[in-house]
This record gives sequence, C-alpha cells and structure tokens, in this order.
Amino acid sequence: MSVQTGSNNAPESALGRYYNYAYLDEQTKRMIRRAILKALAIPGYQVPFGSREMPVPYGWGTGGIQLTAAIIGPDDVYKCIDQGADDTTNAVSIRQFFAKVADVETTEDTGAATIIQSRHRVPEKPLKAGQVMVLQVPQPEPLRYLEPRETETRAMHAYEEYGLQYVSLYESVSRFGRIASGANHPVMVEERYLMAPSPIPKFDNPKLGYSEAIYLLGAGREKRIYAVPPYTRVRSLDFEDHPFEVQTWEESCALCGAKDAYLDEVVLDDQGAKMFVCSDSHHCAERRAAGHAGPMAGHQLDQTEKEAAQ
Amino acid sequence: MAYVAVKGGEKAIANAHKWLAEERRGDPAVAELEVAQVREQLSLAVDRVMGEGSCYDRDLAALAVKQARGDVPEAVFLIRAYRTTLPRFGASAPLDTVGMAVRRRVSAAFKDIPGGQVLGPTFDYTHRLLDFALAADGVAPPPEAAVAEEPQAYPMPTIDSVFAHEGLLETDEPSADAPEPFDLTREPMSFPAGRDQRLQALARGDEGFLLSLAYSSQRGWGNTHPLCGEIRMGEVAVEFVPEELGFPIEIGEITVTECQMLGGSRASGDKPPQYMRGYGLVFGHSERKAMSMAIVDRALRDNAAASGQVAPVQDEEFVLYHSDNVEASGFVQHLKLPHYVDFQADLQTIRRLRREYFERQALKEAAE
Amino acid sequence: MNAAAKMTAAPAERGTLLRVDGLTKWYGHVLGCRDVSFEMRPGEVLGIVGESGSGKTTLLNCISGRLAPSSGSIAFDTSRFGMADIYALSEPDRRRMQREDWGFVHQNPRDGLRMRVSGGANVAEPMMNLGSRHYGRMRQATIDWLERVELDTRRIDDRPANFSGGMQQRIQVARNLIHEPRLVFMDEPTGGLDVSVQARLLDLLRELVRDLSLAVIIVTHDMAVARLMADRLMVMKGGQVVETGLTDQVLDDPQHPYTQILVSSVLQI
Repeated sequence: MSVQTGSNNAPESALGRYYNYAYLDEQTKRMIRRAILKALAIPGYQVPFGSREMPVPYGWGTGGIQLTAAIIGPDDVYKCIDQGADDTTNAVSIRQFFAKVADVETTEDTGAATIIQSRHRVPEKPLKAGQVMVLQVPQPEPLRYLEPRETETRAMHAYEEYGLQYVSLYESVSRFGRIASGANHPVMVEERYLMAPSPIPKFDNPKLGYSEAIYLLGAGREKRIYAVPPYTRVRSLDFEDHPFEVQTWEESCALCGAKDAYLDEVVLDDQGAKMFVCSDSHHCAERRAAGHAGPMAGHQLDQTEKEAAQ
Repeated sequence: MAYVAVKGGEKAIANAHKWLAEERRGDPAVAELEVAQVREQLSLAVDRVMGEGSCYDRDLAALAVKQARGDVPEAVFLIRAYRTTLPRFGASAPLDTVGMAVRRRVSAAFKDIPGGQVLGPTFDYTHRLLDFALAADGVAPPPEAAVAEEPQAYPMPTIDSVFAHEGLLETDEPSADAPEPFDLTREPMSFPAGRDQRLQALARGDEGFLLSLAYSSQRGWGNTHPLCGEIRMGEVAVEFVPEELGFPIEIGEITVTECQMLGGSRASGDKPPQYMRGYGLVFGHSERKAMSMAIVDRALRDNAAASGQVAPVQDEEFVLYHSDNVEASGFVQHLKLPHYVDFQADLQTIRRLRREYFERQALKEAAE
Repeated sequence: MNAAAKMTAAPAERGTLLRVDGLTKWYGHVLGCRDVSFEMRPGEVLGIVGESGSGKTTLLNCISGRLAPSSGSIAFDTSRFGMADIYALSEPDRRRMQREDWGFVHQNPRDGLRMRVSGGANVAEPMMNLGSRHYGRMRQATIDWLERVELDTRRIDDRPANFSGGMQQRIQVARNLIHEPRLVFMDEPTGGLDVSVQARLLDLLRELVRDLSLAVIIVTHDMAVARLMADRLMVMKGGQVVETGLTDQVLDDPQHPYTQILVSSVLQI
C-alpha cells in the first residue's frame, strides 16, 4: 500500500483543480496518520483526533472515510461495504467518493482489496497481511450508555476501572439468563483496554483477534481513532460460567447454501414467509460462481443481483 | 409480493440527485433565485449560516442557502465541508469591538450610557403583521431611512469601561505567557473545557438549542438571572500580522454581533465581589444567538458543585457535546441507514428469549 | 508505590491501621477542620461526634481520600503498599486502594448505590472490581450477604428504588462489606431514617462490626448512635477536636463544657 506524498498527483478532473488527492489536505492526513500510529502503539485505546467536516454527514461514516483518506494511494484497491454488501446505498456512495477523489481502483472482491472499509460487518473470508480493515464506528466509548460523561469514562480507562461494564453483563445474565448482546459486544484488548468493536455482530468478534490484517476503527463525529494491530489478543467479555457465544442459524444461505456465514433475514411477504441469505454479498457470489447452490438458488433475489451486476 | 433488499444502489442514487435538482428549481415558470438575491434579501439566513458554518463569506453562504433549498442546517453543513478544504495561513488579532462602526447598540443596565442607546435596524419594535405589500409584484422602492444630523460617538465604549474604574465587572485579561487559544475546528473537545473551547463551541452551536437552554435558565432550571449589559452590532476590522511584515495589516471588515450579559456576583474568598460576565460573539446580525450564547456561557461557569442540582444548561458536557447541529443532524439522520445486521442479531436474541419464556410458562401450567 | 509515599510514612508501629497527623483543611478563609491527630488500630470503632458545622464531615472526607487537606498527613496500612501516606499515592493507586481496602457508607443510600442497576449487581460489583469472573459464585455470595443484612433474597434483582430507605441502606452496607475491607467509613448511616428503622439498622451494624472485627470510623451527631457503636469518641466543635476518650468515659463524665452540653441535650427516654 503506497502513501501519497504531495498534491501533484491530484486527479485531472475539475474536482482536482479545487481538491487535494483523497480530499483531505496533507496536514490533515499527517495528523490522522499520527493518530493511527498512536492507536496501533496502544491497542484498543481511543486516540482523540481533529476530525474534519466531510462532504458526508457525521454519523454516516466520516470516521472511516477520514481513515481511508489518510492512508489510501493510487496503487490501492478499495472495497466498501455496508451491512456486508457492496451495493447498499451508502456503500455505493462512499465508494464513488473515493473513486472520484483518490482516482483508485475499486473492487467487490475481498481477496483483491488492500483497503476494506465497512459499516457493521467483517467479511467472511479471512484477511491477509497487507490488508487494512477500516471499520466505521458510531460510538467509540463502550461505557457510554452506562456512563454518559466523557470525564468519567476517560478516568475509567486510565484507572482500568471497568467494574461498570461487568455490572452490565451481570444484569444481562440476571435478567435474561445469558449475556444478551447481539452486536457491539465489548472486548478487552491485550488485557488492558476495554474496546467497542463497532456494531459488528458478536459473530464477527473472533475475527479481530490474532488477525494477519490491521484493524482501524474511526469515529468521525465523536473524534476518536483506535486500532487492533495484527496478532493481538482480543477477548470478548464474558463470565467463566456464561462463556461468550456467537450467533448460529438453523437455516443455511438460500442462494449459495453456506452454513457458517452470517445470514440476513429477507421478508418475502406479509404472511411470515422468509428466506435467509449471506450478509456478505461477495462471499455469496463467490460461492455461487464456484458452483454452490442453496435451496432457493434461482430465486428472484439472485436474478436481481445478476441484473444489477450488468 | 417479494421484498427485494436495497440493491441497484448506483442507479438509484443518480436518479435521486436528478429529482432533487428538479425540486430545488421548483416551478420553471418562476424566475430562478439568484445568489445575489439571497445574499442581499435573505441576509439573516446568510448570517446564521456563516456563524454556524464558522466561515465568513456572504457569497458562499448565500450559495449554500440556495443549494440547500433554504434548509439552514443543511447549508451550514455545506459551508463546514467547504471550510475543511481551505488552507489555514494564520490567526487574526483579536477583534477590537470597542472600535466597531456601530449600527446598533443597546443596554438594559443603564438608562443612558456614553455613546447613547442606538436602536438601529431591528425587528424589536415592529408589529408582527404580515405585510402584504411585500407580496405584490413591482414593489415600490423602500422608504429611505433618515440620516442623523451629527455622527455618532466613535469609538463607542463598551460596558467594560463603564464598570472599569470601579472594578465592578470581572476582567479576563490573558496573561502574557498564555498558550495559544484552543482551536475547536482542528482539535477534538476535551473536558473540563477551557473558556476558549467553550466560547468556540457556543459561537458555532445551533441557535435553537442554545436559545432553549438560555430560556430554561431564565425559567429556573439553573441559577442565571442575567441582565443585558450591552448588545452591539456593526462592522469591525480584521487584522493580521504577516510574518514577512511583522506589523498588523487590515485584511477586511466583517459584521459581528456582540452581547455582554451581567450575572450575579460570586463571592470568592480572595477576590472582592464582582459581576460575572457571560459573553456572546457571532458573525453577522444575530442577536438572538449572541444573547443565548452569553446566557449559556454564564450558566456554564456556575459552580454547579456548590448548588448540588445541575440543570441541563449548567452541565458542560451536555451542552457542549450536543450544541453542534452538523453532528446532531448527522447522527440523528443516520438512523435511516440500514441497521438490519444488528437488528438480525437482536431478533435472534428476542426470539430465543420468547421461546424460553413460553417454555417456562408451559412448565408452570403443567405443574399446576 | 512511589518513593514520596514511602518517605512520608513513618515506620508502622505494631498494629497501627491508620495514623492522622495535624490534619487541617481550609476552604478559602473558612475553617473546615484544624490540627486533628489520632491513631486507630484494626478492629476499633471510632466515633466522630459534633453538631452540624463542627467539621466532622470535612474530617471524614479528608481521611477517606475524597478531599485533599490543606496540611497534615494521613497514613494507612494498605494491603498493596503497606503503610502509605494516602495523598502521596498516585491517583490510580489511591483509587485502587479505596476499592480494595475501604468501604464508605453514605448517609443517603442514593449516593452510595447505583440506582439504575439491581440490588444484586450493586452488591456483586466490589467482587467484580477485585477480579471475580464467575457469575454463579458471585450470585451466591450476594445472596449470602443479603441474608446477612436481613433482606428478602428473592428481591435480589429488584432495583434499589423499589426498596424502602432502610432497606436501601442495608444494600449499601452489604455492598461495602462484601469485599472484607480493612476500614469502613460511615457518614450518619442511620440519619434520615425512621426511629424504629434506625434502631434495627444500628443493631445490625453493631452485630456485623463485632462479628467481622471491622475497623470503623463513624460520623454522627446522634449521641445515642455514638454510644451504641463506638469504642472511642472524638468530639468536634468549630473545626477542632475538643475532647477524646473511651465512649463511656466521654459520655458519662464529659470534661469539656461543649461535650457536657452535647451529652445533656440527649433526650433521656
């Protein structure tokens, strides 16, 4: 992955006359890179950074966009997904943005991408060294809904006072008989910092630990960057007698038959009929291209995807 | 009827943009709005966009208002995003509001003050009756305002000098070795907030939010019984010291509104009792904003710990974190983005809990 | 622990749990407390009595690490660092020490409990702070403690707001004793409660203190509470200690005129 050094490589278009490569000015990129380095040096620690207003609203991925803008270069291959799919509207919008301002090749192929920016999911395919996973984070502070004050939560991280988090887990077990989180399940990173992995489903938590790839997490509105470097210990919080569990389905993917992927529920009519399909659209497409078929292969959903691809 | 998930996004987005442009234009039979018209005749909207957008440029702000179809927070967003791309080549000298070319200046604290009470171009004493003459085509030219016989006092001293010789009003002189002021547009907020961070956040904060907070403090949610020491509006020079020259040059003139609220004295062991000040300063002619800002500034400085109960307006984190309408609008509206993956996780959980609940109920009934 | 803390802590006399030396606190030009010095041994109950404004609350807040004094020192026999000047410890260390070695029972249970989580979670939290990760064992320990403070264990998952004031106070007591602290501070623990509720709670406290040989510093304006709970008393007036001694001696044979007034003002039932 290359690093942009000057603004001479700005795209030729009219856009290029007014905007620097990848939109952000070089000073800002430098500031963000310093924050990234600090975040990698202290895994799980939230580094405050001077988040800029971007052409996309706060809450819609500006943290991830700024991370990508700071590290992307013309030799990168960029993939952008939302809810696991490449063609959800916001993913399309952000991918178009970078195609325009970074003049970069874009792809839907997880294996071919050097930078994967994602909202709320990690791809099924294991990531390799040389890939960077950029996650969009709405609320970087895992304790925020337990303690609204930033002055308090900052002190809790500094003093490693995470009792409040465990109290919340205790409450979950006492009320529901289990730790009833679905997504954004808090983790301990290197047994030091409590971290919010972003609203990825619990299912994806195990992918963060001991990964070959770098994970960068960015919250633009809350102005925090944090990271999980490769080969880092990431432990999902649990109790000894209520260990961490991931979601499972009885069904497999209706289109490709995958049994161990995260599945989306698709409502077919208002009589309760539904089907389950892979959330990771590329994973599903790759499997179908390789000949796998699920019980509803040939369904309209499948056809619509083929049309959209054309 | 088959439900199809959000697909075909690219085409949908392109079509949506085209439709939006049509809506913005409205009825093609009606003359297109010119940016200059917005700038001249919707000047208070332009002022608000400059203030909350943190960028003084009337033409850009007018363009933003037009592009945003009159939606002020949307226009503010456009200005802020544009501002991000502007290079920063330095900081101006502090504005000298004493040297303001005053167009309006009133004080509620005194019947008369040096320089006098200057009513200026204000809505204050108009009767809020819709003026249908404004709706007629071919409107007659507006009446000309009369010119005064004598020029007004210049410079017009601020409330500070009135109190200065008695030392009744606290002063905030920065010490010679004070660090550079905080820059909220480049650094993230941190608490407890210094005065510079606080005032910057308030200056660009949403007018509606600050207005409501100020209102709440006047109604008893907090401890502020403010008195309007002074409001002034007019033009001030912007000065900048280029490195090459080493002396200040005037690079332009901007309109600002400044408000000083006087709050109750605070007995502090080592200082004699004094009036505390709430300060508001905003681009353009925005009195409601300047006043709200000053009231909220004063309320935030209250020693809330002493009084125990913290009203929302006294809660620094609550006020400063939620005053930015670009952040607020983004996050509130992001709820429109798909959340079906986390929702799926949630559905799984609730279905399992329901299953267990009904199993338990069945067991209970069987036992009875 | 850092060098500064080691230097200011005098060598521990055998059995000294807490040593307060020349403790003084000014709020601007208003005196909180002045020149307070005393020692405590493990298992002792020290009562600090006086009317409101006497400085007893200021003293308690300084000793318990919540309010830095203007001058003077407080040395405590911590489990992690041995005898240490508590204000010479770094803030993380002091906070850890407060969690591990101390308890603090507030007058108003709302100040000492998390009102938005269940009573059970409140009581289990100190165990989790100390590293407990087994839900079942913690829940059992919580149930045991709820029994001990005479609460209905079936209500373990109820929020504190659903309990009466007296019961909330019992939850607070359980929360502050479950981790077997070396020293417990109590600030008017029965103040604001019904007289009969007070009496029952005091009996419970006395029993627990005796059973667990707890060291306690209890602040109260109520001489009856002082008589019941404390081994020794310190009488405060105007920010200064005017009399100290064994409880019975001070109450039955007060020397200082102010103590005499205090004692005689207690309603004889």
